[in-house]
Amino acid sequence: MLEKNIAIKNASGIHARPASMLVKEAAKFSADIIIVKNDSEYNAKSIMNVMSMGAKHGDEIKIKVSGSDEKEALEAITTLVEGGFGE
Amino acid sequence: MFKGTGASPGIAVGKALVYEEQELNISKENIEDINLEQTQFQEAIKKTKLQLQQVKEEAMKKLGADKASIFEAHLMVLEDPELINQINHKIKEEKINAAYATREVVDGFIAIFENMDDEYMKERAADIRDVGTRILKNILGMEIVNLATLEDSVILVAHDLTPSDTATMNKEKVLGFVTNIGGRTSHTAIMARSLEVPAIVGLKNITEVIQNGDLVVFDGEEGVGYINPDEELLKKFKAKQSEYEELRRELQELKNNPSISKDNRRVELAANIGTPKDVEGVLNNGGEGIGLYRTEFLYMNRDNMPTEEEQFEAYKEVLESMGNRPVIIRTLDIGGDKELPYLDLPKEMNPFLGYRAIRICLDQPEIFKVQLRALLRASVYGNLKIMYPMISSVEEVRGANAILEEVKAELDKENIVYSKAIEVGIMIEIPAAAIIGDLLIKEVDFFSIGTNDLIQYTTAVDRMNEKISYLYEPFHPAILRMIKMVIDHAHKAGKWAGMCGEMAGDPNIIPILLGLGLDEFSMSAISILPARKIISELTFEDMKKMAEKAVNLSTAEEVKNFVKASI
Repeated sequence: MLEKNIAIKNASGIHARPASMLVKEAAKFSADIIIVKNDSEYNAKSIMNVMSMGAKHGDEIKIKVSGSDEKEALEAITTLVEGGFGE
Repeated sequence: MFKGTGASPGIAVGKALVYEEQELNISKENIEDINLEQTQFQEAIKKTKLQLQQVKEEAMKKLGADKASIFEAHLMVLEDPELINQINHKIKEEKINAAYATREVVDGFIAIFENMDDEYMKERAADIRDVGTRILKNILGMEIVNLATLEDSVILVAHDLTPSDTATMNKEKVLGFVTNIGGRTSHTAIMARSLEVPAIVGLKNITEVIQNGDLVVFDGEEGVGYINPDEELLKKFKAKQSEYEELRRELQELKNNPSISKDNRRVELAANIGTPKDVEGVLNNGGEGIGLYRTEFLYMNRDNMPTEEEQFEAYKEVLESMGNRPVIIRTLDIGGDKELPYLDLPKEMNPFLGYRAIRICLDQPEIFKVQLRALLRASVYGNLKIMYPMISSVEEVRGANAILEEVKAELDKENIVYSKAIEVGIMIEIPAAAIIGDLLIKEVDFFSIGTNDLIQYTTAVDRMNEKISYLYEPFHPAILRMIKMVIDHAHKAGKWAGMCGEMAGDPNIIPILLGLGLDEFSMSAISILPARKIISELTFEDMKKMAEKAVNLSTAEEVKNFVKASI
C-alpha cells in the first residue's frame, strides 16, 4: 500500500467538476483508492463519497492506494490534485 | 369544473398525464433467497442505465450538451460503487428485500448531501433522489413518466413544473399545462406563454382531482376547465378551439403591420425573451424588437460561469436574427429568487432587498466585465441596447457606465470593433429610481419600467405570497402615478420610455399606458398581436385625456371601471 499527503490547490476545492474528474481518473485503475480527510475515509471511485467530502481550497487530504497498479494510480491522482484540476 | 388563474391563453382538449411523484409503498420484508434479490437489483440498475442513456441522448439532440450534462451526472451516481456495494451488502447481511435496501441506502446519501453547508451540494440531493426513485421504480416494475420522451400528445397535470422539467420535456407533445401552484408570473406561466400552449395555474389540488388518461378541456384565458366533459360540453370546447385558432389567424394578418393608433400615434411592440431560441416566436408574432432579453438564463442550471465566448455567441445569434430591429439586453439580474449555486451567495433574510443584480455586478466587476465584453463584441451584428437592472441611485448608473467605458477602452487597445451607437438604459423597478427619474435620465438614453418588481416594491407585497396576492394590484393609483412620472421624466429630456413587465401586455391596461405616453411595450411574444389589434382600435388623444383623469381616481376598482367605460 502507498500513501501520500496532498493539499487542495484549486480555488473551488473538490467541487462538482473536479469531483467528477477525480472519480473518472480513479476508475481507470484497478487499485483501491481511499481518500482520508479529518480521519474519515472516502472511496475515490464514488462520486457521492468524493463530493460529500466537502474538500475546500487549502484542505489537506491523504491518498491511500493498494493494488497491482497502485504506483501509477497514486501518481495520476497526485498529478490531478496538485495540478489544481486544470483550473 | 375546475377554476384557477388563467396563465396562458388558448383552448386545450386532450388526455391528461398526471406528472407527479407517486408515493412509493415500500415495506421491509425478510427474505430467504439473497441471490434473487441481488439479481433483481442488478437488473434494475441495468435497466435504469439504459433509460438514463436514452434520456441523455434525447436531451443532447433536442437541447444541446449543456442541458444533457445533468443526465451525465445522474449516470455517475447510478454507477457509484459505494451505492451498489452498500445495497448489495445490506441485502445480504440483513436478509431484506432489494427495494427496502435501496431506499435505506439512497436515503442515507440524500441526508448527507442535504446536511452539507454548500448550496450547490445541497441541490445534488435532488439528483440522488431522482436516480434512487428511478432504480426503485424499476425494481418494482413501475412505469416511469419521462417528459423528454413523451410519445402521445397530452395535457400535463402537475404540482408545479420546474425549469429542468420544461427544459427537458418534448414540447411538441404538450397540449397545455394545469398546475396546483403558481401565479401569472411563475415559471410555468411564463414558459407556457413562450411555448404558446394554454395553461391554468394555482389550481391547489388538481393533481388529486384529475386521473391519468382523463379527457380534459380548458380555457387558458378564463382559467376554467372540465374533466371528462359530456358530448355537448366537448363540442362547445372544440368549437371554441377552432374559434380561437380563427382569431389567431386573423391576428396573423397584423403581423407585418406597424403598431399604430387610429390617430397615428405609433408605438413599438417588443417581446421579452430568455434564450436565443425564443426569437423565432417573436418574429412569428410580429415583434418589432426585443424589449428585454433576460441574460440570467445563460448563467443558470450549470455549475460554472458562462465564458465570454459562450455569451458572445448567444448575443450575436439574437442580434443577427432580429436584423436591424432593436434588441435590449439586460445585464445579469441574479439574486432575489434566482440563485447561482457556483457564485456561493450567502442566504439572506430578504433576498429581494439584498445582494442582487447590478449590486453584484458593481461589487464583482470581473463578472460584469466578461458580460460587457461579450455584449460589445456582439454589438456589430445588430441594433444592441444595453440595460442595467435594479438601479436605485445615480451613483450606480455612473459606476456601471464607468466599467462599460473601461471595457470599451480595453477593446480599443486590442483593436476589437464594437458599435458606436449602442444606447444604454436602466430598468425602473425601484421606487427610488422612479422618484429621481429626472436625475437618472441625464445619465442614460432610455428607461424601461419593470412592473413586476416595481409593484412589489411600491406596495410592499411579495408577489409569491398567495395570502396577500390580492394586494398585488397594477391598477393601484400609486403604480399609475409612478409610471406617469417615469414616462414624463424621460419625455422632458427628449428621451423614450418603455415597459417590460407583465403589465405591458395586459389588454385591460394597454389603453391607459398608451394614454400615459409609453413609447415601447415589451411583453410575451404571444401577446403582441392582440396588443397591436387593441392599439389600432384606440384613439391616442382620447386615451391621453382618459389617463389624466384615471391617475386622480381613488381606488384600483374605480380606475378599472373608468378605463373599461372609456374604451
